[in-house]
Amino acid sequence: MRVIDLPASLDHQTSDALFAEVMEVGGEKVLFDGRHLRFVGPNGMVGLLAAGSVAQDRSGEAPILELGAAGDVKSYLGRMGFFQAADGIFGAGTAFPRRPSGPSDVLLEITPITTNSDVHEVVDRVQKRAGAILSKTLGYPPTSVVQFSVILSEVCQNILEHADAPGWVAAQSYNWEKRLGRHVVIISVADLGRGFRGSLSDEHSARFGDRWGDVTALEAAFIHGLTRFPDSGRGQGIQQIRKQVRRWDGLISIRSGTARIADVPEWFDAPPLEEGLSDFPGTQINIVLPERVDDED
Amino acid sequence: MRTEPGVVPISIDVGHVLRRSAESLYSHLVTRPTGRAVRLAIEQQVAGSSRTALSLIDLSDVTVMDFSCADEIVAKLLMRFLEEDRPVDALFIFRGVRQSLHEPIQTVLERQELLAVAQGSDGCCSLMGTRTEEEEYAWTVLEGRGRIGAAEVFEVFPGSHHREALHELVLRRVAFASPGDDMYHALSALVGKESA
Repeated sequence: MRVIDLPASLDHQTSDALFAEVMEVGGEKVLFDGRHLRFVGPNGMVGLLAAGSVAQDRSGEAPILELGAAGDVKSYLGRMGFFQAADGIFGAGTAFPRRPSGPSDVLLEITPITTNSDVHEVVDRVQKRAGAILSKTLGYPPTSVVQFSVILSEVCQNILEHADAPGWVAAQSYNWEKRLGRHVVIISVADLGRGFRGSLSDEHSARFGDRWGDVTALEAAFIHGLTRFPDSGRGQGIQQIRKQVRRWDGLISIRSGTARIADVPEWFDAPPLEEGLSDFPGTQINIVLPERVDDED
Repeated sequence: MRTEPGVVPISIDVGHVLRRSAESLYSHLVTRPTGRAVRLAIEQQVAGSSRTALSLIDLSDVTVMDFSCADEIVAKLLMRFLEEDRPVDALFIFRGVRQSLHEPIQTVLERQELLAVAQGSDGCCSLMGTRTEEEEYAWTVLEGRGRIGAAEVFEVFPGSHHREALHELVLRRVAFASPGDDMYHALSALVGKESA
């Protein structure tokens, strides 16, 4: 059995190491050791689901996820709907607590995206819940719930139209008092599809010649709005998401294959483009929307 | 509802079309398949007209419209009825366009270099999409007057660039020139006040 240690904090900055380890899995069964896990963000959760799926594909057996005895992480994972989404990915030996009942403080539980109906459900759900969080916690205008819903719709459709594989979306608000001195809302999306290079390859690889790869594919979609569809009305989704995230001074990054591209605001320290990451299937999108500060326009 | 002869008004409540054409109780215009289903249902209604259809596309019940739906329900709908092989002649006014819908609609119109007439809840019309300054001016003058007779055009628009712009507005289907009465009509003037 191969043991993969999960870090104390699993989020978009620590998921790369997890993906790299999973891609080294051979035929052996995998145990994800989460006994030291103290925090899992939405990126960590959907990333863990993706990692578990890949581990199952590579080893031929459902991996085990072991969590510590401390109740906080388990309880939070339960409230985020992680165990429901993980059913079928992690196998025997994984303890799946019952989902807590009662009102939820979660902005958007982990939601599998496999059909258009799922996108409608996501939008319906956040329309009911996001208004108060966006206006009271982040200080955005009351109408921002519409733009927020559109962002979610477009990122989920990215899974359906480009991945040709299932994916997950989740969103939650956090108090980043120590990191940023502000509250944030995080949206995380992950799928196990063919990634941007795979999606765009047939239509666009020839013109790039030897330069074609994960970086050029991400730049083509992220910066230039290229899509695999010949229809000139396509390819607006990511452009419009970027525009709205910029207005809110947010961070957006898209990891696909071996590369990550990002619009990085001043308050965050990360390169706009990373390459040479461990190859991992599909696409992972991370959006962080910070609380509005008074001196912003 | 009062209209000019030769133009048939068709009111289409998009919220109603959405509930009828999509397979479940969706309340928002999101996802491309949903937008496509709504567009096809609208096209079917408009195509049934025996004369030039003045299609009043009512978006009052729509809160969320994503860019995929805006592309289908606004851009592709307009493009279909600008094509030479369009099923019927049709003009469009998008009504009840609340602020939250402005951006997706404006974005898809600009992307396809289209022009559309939008009517706010106060009944006032405005242009959305890509246009020249001359087109904006000619449209605003026509909108203010409601109609301009062919004989008046030289007086109202002494400059040829504005007359050309007026002609372009007709081609782009945001103004109407009735073949029989030598008259340019603002689309809003084709609709009776009682329907605004």
